[in-house]
Amino acid sequence: MPDEIRGKLTIFLGYAAGVGKTYQMMEEAQELKRQGRDVVIGYFEPHGRRDTIAKTEGLEMVPRRRIDYRGSFFEEMDTDAILHRHPQICVVDEFPHTNVPGSARLKRWQDVQLLLDAGIDVLTTMNIQHLESLNDQIWQITGIRVRETIPDWVMQQADQVVMVDLTPRALLNRLARGVVYSQEKAQKALENFFQESTLVVLREMALRQTAHEVEIRQVDYDAPGFQPQPNYRDEAEPATGPSDRILILVTPEPSSAMLIRRGKRVADYLQADCFAVTVSRESDLGDLPSRDREAVERHLNFARNLHIETRVLQGHDVAKTLVEFAHLNGVTHIFLARPRPSQWPVISGRSLVQQVVHSARDMQVTIAADRANRSQLQPA
Amino acid sequence: MPPVLRRRTPEELLEQVQAEEDYERRGRLKIFLGYASGVGKSFRMLDEGRRRHERGQDVVVGASQPKTTPEIETLLNKLEVIPLREVDGITVMDTPAILKRHPGVCLVDGLAYDNPPGSKHASRWQDVNELLEAGISVISSVNIQYIDELQERVFRITGKRVQQTVPRSFLNSADEIVVVDAPPEMSIVRSHDGSVDSASPAQKLSELREIALLLAADVVDRQLSSYLQRNGIPQTFGAQERIMVCITPRANGAPMVASGRRNADRFHGDLIVAYVRQPEITADDQAALERNLSIARAANAKIEILDGQDPIETLLKFAHEHGITQIFVGHSIREQWWERLTGTPLDRLIRGANDIDVRVFPH
Repeated sequence: MPDEIRGKLTIFLGYAAGVGKTYQMMEEAQELKRQGRDVVIGYFEPHGRRDTIAKTEGLEMVPRRRIDYRGSFFEEMDTDAILHRHPQICVVDEFPHTNVPGSARLKRWQDVQLLLDAGIDVLTTMNIQHLESLNDQIWQITGIRVRETIPDWVMQQADQVVMVDLTPRALLNRLARGVVYSQEKAQKALENFFQESTLVVLREMALRQTAHEVEIRQVDYDAPGFQPQPNYRDEAEPATGPSDRILILVTPEPSSAMLIRRGKRVADYLQADCFAVTVSRESDLGDLPSRDREAVERHLNFARNLHIETRVLQGHDVAKTLVEFAHLNGVTHIFLARPRPSQWPVISGRSLVQQVVHSARDMQVTIAADRANRSQLQPA
Repeated sequence: MPPVLRRRTPEELLEQVQAEEDYERRGRLKIFLGYASGVGKSFRMLDEGRRRHERGQDVVVGASQPKTTPEIETLLNKLEVIPLREVDGITVMDTPAILKRHPGVCLVDGLAYDNPPGSKHASRWQDVNELLEAGISVISSVNIQYIDELQERVFRITGKRVQQTVPRSFLNSADEIVVVDAPPEMSIVRSHDGSVDSASPAQKLSELREIALLLAADVVDRQLSSYLQRNGIPQTFGAQERIMVCITPRANGAPMVASGRRNADRFHGDLIVAYVRQPEITADDQAALERNLSIARAANAKIEILDGQDPIETLLKFAHEHGITQIFVGHSIREQWWERLTGTPLDRLIRGANDIDVRVFPH
């Protein structure tokens, strides 16, 4: 069997429902069809939007799969049917969607991986608030913990990320005219994401993320060995300086998830290597109470899902073991979580943060923010 | 931490009322921003005109580009067009005719066009200002290559310079700005306005695309800041990374500032170097401080000299009021002032930083 060339993924990125992602995706699909390409719709969520529905006219739709879950029927994308039909291009709406239990895969983006592996090009849509590494900032700004997330590496693997822009004012007008949601749903939306200041922040984040995605793809263009040269304005650190290596300390604390996201985001922007480790007396974490052990394993697993290499370090002294590992592995930068308030008063002896800061003499140490605190965007 | 609302003085309130009245009278300006010719700006502008016309707004086309496609032709046929005039072989927008017709909304393409010598305004974007002042709303489109302040950067990428430009301040004055973003590879791009500037290879177009997205993000950020200011809300969060490097006379400033610069560049964020003024300072320390500040200036950082009794509180207060997302501190600050304070100062800084990352640099 000849090697299948992986399909190309195009993501239409927006910052809220109703900015026109699906519409623009369908326009592109129609244009591709006009050019004679074999295009099908794998999944489409009409939301009752007439303009968008009109844009699907003439495009072949692969019927959805009905799934029986606890006596109710749910409809999901029929990945097997699409693979069987094997079009050149497949349109898949709502990339971050979580499949109903009982589906072959947990997430729609995993279904899309299968299509791409089979050499099918995919056009898809998502909003910025679904990007994993921004999850805490989104929570901080909107007060909403987004559950359906896309790991950053999935977006990085896309061939194109396209910003679908609409001004917040125009979006609010559309919402008021009932273009986006039904009246009842619109009212609810206005209370959540759809406050103008929130929309402005989300939009700025989407613009900056798209700019970043455009920038990291610039390496792909020219000859092999091409490296982008960022605009260094200071000569103290040469442009070809030593590459960064980031080490994240994972603990049973819930803040570990936040730390992993933030560490990975910084590593991605600095194009640095990234590791996550935990320190335990036993290499199988056997010394920890079972709840802590499960929490650590969950966090390490979360890190691996974000494509971070993980390790369990065996040692009694957390700071000493961590810093030794860091020195041996050329780590330039350690990420620690903020201590819990109960861990603050350190009258005798130093806190973990201080121990690490003192022993990691030639490394930077970041104590990551707790972005759980909601900010005050609205006028009081 | 609840936001602190500052009571405004009567003068400030009067000024605000005046500004609001002027604003109410003025037309609204909306600009579609593209990274190259042929990405679909003109189409988006005319299509918005068509939709508004269909919703009952009084829309006219004041100026369109000479080069059209069948799709654009179709849109133009659906709208009332005020013809361009020709003066000394140069096409100009007929501003007097538009003012006389006084529509609700006027569509104006080709913002950067110069008017012939002897015209009331030197450039078309100034004609647009006149329309706005007359209470006519304007929808327009512009390509970043025509933004005056971007000339050098665009030249470094494309090797080309344009003669006629629009100042960045005009873009900032827009009520709404929309980025028209589509990679040149997309088929839809080729179908709207013809083809994207085919002379530029993909790498160059990609760099221009990045500039357009970041420019739009900056304009949006200004709008957000002014919204927060108008409503008396402190900016306690960041849509954009803002790095604050804290220096002292004895701090090893160079690596911290260099790292701050590099991180800010990679995140396309802001770099601020902050110093809390110390009461008694030796001549040696003063000289060391000057060295650190000049390193900061060389790195193009924004320098903030802060005053306050308690340096840590002063830094934290500034950081929380200015949307700082990362604080960089050196070990050395411990020897400077932390020893005078009760408790461990690093813990105090971290505890107070709360929703800001703290990065500690080795000495």
